[in-house]
Amino acid sequence: MSAYILRRILSTVPVVLFVMIFVFSLLYLAPGDPAAILAGDQATQEDIENIRTQLGLDRSFPVRFVEWAGGVFQGDFGTSIFTREPVSTMILQRVEPTVSLMIVTLIIALAIAIPMGVAAAWKRGSLLDRFIMLFAVLGFSVPVFVVGYVLAWTLALKLGWLPVQGYTPIAEGIWPWLRSLILPAATLSGVYIALIARITRATMLEILQQDYIRTARAKGAAGHTVLFIHALRNAMVPIVTVVGLGIALMISGAVVIETVFALPGLGRLTVESILRRDYPVIQAVILVFSFVYVIINLLIDLSYTLIDPRISY
Amino acid sequence: MALLEVRDLQIHFRTATAVNRAVDGLSFDIEAGEALAVVGESGCGKSVTSMSILGLLPTPPGKVAGQINFRGRNLLEASERQMRKLRGAEISMIFQEPMTSLNPVFTIGQQIGESVRLHENASRAQAHDRAIEMLRLVGIPSPERRVDEYPHQLSGGMRQRAMIAIALACNPALLVADEPTTALDVTIQAQILDLMQDLRSKVGSAVMLITHDLGVVAEFAERVLVMYAGRKVEEAKVGDLFRTPRHPYTQGLLNAVPKLGSSLTTAEPVRLAEIPGRVPDLSKPLSGCAFADRCPRAQEVCRRIDPALEAKAPGHFAACHFSPREVSAA
Repeated sequence: MSAYILRRILSTVPVVLFVMIFVFSLLYLAPGDPAAILAGDQATQEDIENIRTQLGLDRSFPVRFVEWAGGVFQGDFGTSIFTREPVSTMILQRVEPTVSLMIVTLIIALAIAIPMGVAAAWKRGSLLDRFIMLFAVLGFSVPVFVVGYVLAWTLALKLGWLPVQGYTPIAEGIWPWLRSLILPAATLSGVYIALIARITRATMLEILQQDYIRTARAKGAAGHTVLFIHALRNAMVPIVTVVGLGIALMISGAVVIETVFALPGLGRLTVESILRRDYPVIQAVILVFSFVYVIINLLIDLSYTLIDPRISY
Repeated sequence: MALLEVRDLQIHFRTATAVNRAVDGLSFDIEAGEALAVVGESGCGKSVTSMSILGLLPTPPGKVAGQINFRGRNLLEASERQMRKLRGAEISMIFQEPMTSLNPVFTIGQQIGESVRLHENASRAQAHDRAIEMLRLVGIPSPERRVDEYPHQLSGGMRQRAMIAIALACNPALLVADEPTTALDVTIQAQILDLMQDLRSKVGSAVMLITHDLGVVAEFAERVLVMYAGRKVEEAKVGDLFRTPRHPYTQGLLNAVPKLGSSLTTAEPVRLAEIPGRVPDLSKPLSGCAFADRCPRAQEVCRRIDPALEAKAPGHFAACHFSPREVSAA
């Protein structure tokens, strides 16, 4: 088990390294000159050259990469071209809203999607099943920003129940913090709910056909016990897998949602940095996101051993 | 009053195009503590009958009519809540597939204990103790260790023992065993049958044993019911049935069983007799005797008139026009 964990952690090294090279070269090849943007409209060619030398943009690709990568391993992502602040500081400032958004989204999604999927499987072919699956299709096909604006318009603007925009840090109290997150998290959870509900339904349908479900019923177990204990526990491996894969969806969704609801998180930092061609920040944010994705999926693989005793590493 | 009285049971499944009469007018009794074997080919309605006793038919079943009286109460009219109280406590069931009938993510102890906790208000610790006791009873070695193991750590025979432990954990009055040994090795089969026989005398449960294996019947049951195409064609005490089978179908079944030494004692190897043809399509209405098309003795009357089940000898019933009657109807 511990050997497996070690192996898995080591196997993330090439992944992270590949992402680093990819991220670095992508921005190197992308059009647009950050020095020109930073210098402004009135700058002369000479000014731009000066800025370029100052930032080290005139040196060769491998040199810059090694320099940058060396820094990254020491937790130094360089300095923002735009704000001149250390990138690591900027990221740390923006972590809380994004992590909060993801956690609340995940809780909402699981709390809604799993009962939905179970109910749909249990009442297969019924009106309820069709309604739930229709909702799931909508969740996939309606863009998040549309859902976001509609929810904000009704619940916040018209009804005034929740703040329209902005983020309240958790330090100012759990309730204000939660209030500021309900709308964005509800919006972001739409796709996630659709994804998890569908996989839950499909897996449960298969499991409800199993012999051990019949055994449970023959023991006299009640319907809800059969569904939520005997069947759902067996359905957890595919569900948890999809939750892990869905983290990618959530990250890309966060970029949009943080813009719609003006949350000062990593997603918005990403957008802002791309618009400013703030290379060091873009590189750092993408690296952080991919690292989080890799780690979460490692944890999910490890969680299989807790869910299913037949799985061991 | 018998423990279980099944009266004119009809189970019809609606399919897209037709109605499949899986069980058509079946009646039988099981006395308390008795072992009844139900025999027949695949698709003759044995398993469906057993599932209907526990109220576990897949829904929507189409039509279930008649009566299944357990201790004088008709289970077909019982509510789901009443059935839940009965299942696992008064009527238990073991299934054909020990490899897949246990839940892979719970320990053996949890699965035995669940029955106890559902029906006897037992605490977790009491249920765990009972699970160990049951595992010892069904002959699983070192039950204290096995109780915390998962099904995949047990062999097929051990799993079937565990299933029996689950079924008997609450001392049921009736145990329905649906082909409990079919999926097991022959040596394990004998062990499981011995175990069931032994436990039957200890616990005192009546057993309804569903099987297509006549060897199992001879070893285990007191009375036999032969089913064909959803109907009862013969019923007798085990000895009577094996000595003088009255229905051509039963005779065919017995002839299809190899006899020890039969091909060695004769100069020519004896070909095992088979019953020609197939079970009739139950989605089409049957006229006359359901077995007529495959019966060596069939006459014109067999295709017109469905023979009534009648006593051919004391306690020996068969549904055949040409089976001789040795007594007037009992």
